[in-house]
Amino acid sequence: MPITHPNLHLTKLAGAIPAWSGEIKPDDLQPICQSVQDGGGRLVALWGSDARELGNGFTLHIALVNETGLICLSVPLPDGQPGYPDVSRIFPVANRMQRAAYDLLGIYAHEGQDHRKWLRHGAWHGGSFPLRKDFDAAQSRIDDADNYPFVQVEGQGVHEIAVGPVHAGIIEPGHFRFSVVGEKTLRLEERFGYTHKGIEKRFESLTVQQAAKLAGRVSGDSTVAYAWAYAMAAESIAAVTPPDRALWLRALFLERERIANHLGDLGYLGNDVALSFGFAQFWILKEQVLRNNAELFGHRYLMDRIIPGGVTMDLAESGKRTLFKECAMLEHEVSVLRGIYEEHAGVQDRFIGAGRIEPKLAARLGLCGLAGRASSQAWDARVQFPCAPYDKLDVQMATYRNGDVAARVIVRFDELFESLRLQREILNNLVDDDKLSVPLEKLPAHGFGVGMVEGWRGEVLVAIHTDADGKLTRVHPHDPSWQNWPVLEHAVVGNIVPDFPLINKSFNLSYSGQDL
Amino acid sequence: MYQLIKQIIKTGIKTESPPLPDETMRVQSQRLQEEILRVFGSALNIRHVDAGSCNGCELEIHSVNNAYYNIEGLGIKFVASPRHADMLLVTGPVSRHMVTALKRTFDATPEPKLVVAIGDCACDGGIFGESYASCGRVANVIPVDVVVSGCPPTPTAILQGILTAISAQK
Repeated sequence: MPITHPNLHLTKLAGAIPAWSGEIKPDDLQPICQSVQDGGGRLVALWGSDARELGNGFTLHIALVNETGLICLSVPLPDGQPGYPDVSRIFPVANRMQRAAYDLLGIYAHEGQDHRKWLRHGAWHGGSFPLRKDFDAAQSRIDDADNYPFVQVEGQGVHEIAVGPVHAGIIEPGHFRFSVVGEKTLRLEERFGYTHKGIEKRFESLTVQQAAKLAGRVSGDSTVAYAWAYAMAAESIAAVTPPDRALWLRALFLERERIANHLGDLGYLGNDVALSFGFAQFWILKEQVLRNNAELFGHRYLMDRIIPGGVTMDLAESGKRTLFKECAMLEHEVSVLRGIYEEHAGVQDRFIGAGRIEPKLAARLGLCGLAGRASSQAWDARVQFPCAPYDKLDVQMATYRNGDVAARVIVRFDELFESLRLQREILNNLVDDDKLSVPLEKLPAHGFGVGMVEGWRGEVLVAIHTDADGKLTRVHPHDPSWQNWPVLEHAVVGNIVPDFPLINKSFNLSYSGQDL
Repeated sequence: MYQLIKQIIKTGIKTESPPLPDETMRVQSQRLQEEILRVFGSALNIRHVDAGSCNGCELEIHSVNNAYYNIEGLGIKFVASPRHADMLLVTGPVSRHMVTALKRTFDATPEPKLVVAIGDCACDGGIFGESYASCGRVANVIPVDVVVSGCPPTPTAILQGILTAISAQK
């Protein structure tokens, strides 16, 4: 058992990663969260569901992780007053998730310190909740301007800079409110939800296979990670295992997604410190990876290549040769470019010390993924919970302790080389199989399944609940950006405003993935 | 510095020739006069607006700037403000939360201006469709001249859409 508590009875879930589920009473929520936190565990995701059709009121769901695996707790809440004890004091990262759960479902944390809305702007009125089964979109519509109380910083010479939602570059929309003195940032407050397009509600109208497409579009840059996590959750409910070759190909896709994104980010990080040479060079390499994806797998970003039950594309022998050649080319070129970045005084001067997050703060705030590893947070789902084929690959985790932009660049370089090594291993060990997938058209009734995959940005989790007919009644995709966005607010304090784009890029977080 | 220069020389020129305009991408008959398009054709400024996309289309708009497609080599560049722009490149189904920002960005772009909708979601709402949170296609919110389908569209298709918008209708 991953944790013990007198009122907690956990059941092991079938599936690729070690996961347990259990039901608890609201009063036991805080003590259990506290004991997971005391043991070095973290909160991964928090969401709610409407179980009133079954006469069960609402349910709060919370996914915790410790060194043994995922612990998914559900907390039944009464229909009339669906409140639960605040967990954001134990896990600060829960703050925005709790607020989002209220905006979408109307369940709320007692004694929560922050009751401001999070995902709701003005598209629906405050007394209506889109994820309730009886939500009436037409009745709930309002077109009020968004009104959001930012925290004000006072003092002589303090002023605010409001940025967004439409940004100066080619990026997703969001609002940043800087409080500054001169050039120095005193405080940053984020305001998101602009790209909220009703993804979770949309899931409820799709079949298990259709929904795989939607899962792959929660955050387009992490399409492989989401599609795999979704498939893993569906396969967990159905207790189905895809063919071995499909699992090896999934890992190949996931590492190629990591390679492409790290190459792109390393290019942009050069660009943001005025070394446009870096952008030009890294994006030539990225383009070659994308072109190989298109040639071998039919899609530059590998969208819809992973489906519940397996994969849709195979790799021929000639394709293997292309990828071996690509590996050798990338290893050489990236080594040269790394040398140039490391020896470039102007680049290092901007990278080192910028946007620093100390390991202690990272642990307190639950920083995860690649940014977490750059601040000594040694979590990588491929290492701690290696699902097949990672159990045969012995992934070497890249960690660094400085927590600044330079550290996040170093971790990206290290992970890039490790992914190239893994890609070679995968190609060498790719087992033969007659089939690429097993049929998975329908899920069992009243099922719950969860999948977690270490995407390039961090851990991506997808949870699926089915109804009495085995249809998707609730799907919750969770992006690691929920964890890392609040930390960015800390990373920029004391830095100058012009360094914000650089620090922001060094995290490169998703808007769509958290706005849903 | 020696390594850097050596790398630039070794890399050489990667830029490929641009695609020709494709009239089937045009959804609104020519609004702008040919003389204006000729001016746009030699120096076009684009403001990108993500109106609710999944970030997939953005990846390919970045790619249009890489050395292979080299959009800047054609005299076309992305600018930081709609005030500097001749064209809006809009992605995503338009989320209700982005309607005001998109309309304001459109209004802030000086006339004469063009709008190109990028990606399946921008063309017809895509997989997200219309809902309590999504207005669907871009044309439901602001006028659109050219649409580029694809999920996401390839950089060549994006380039083709932009070039179609600034070419005179045959």
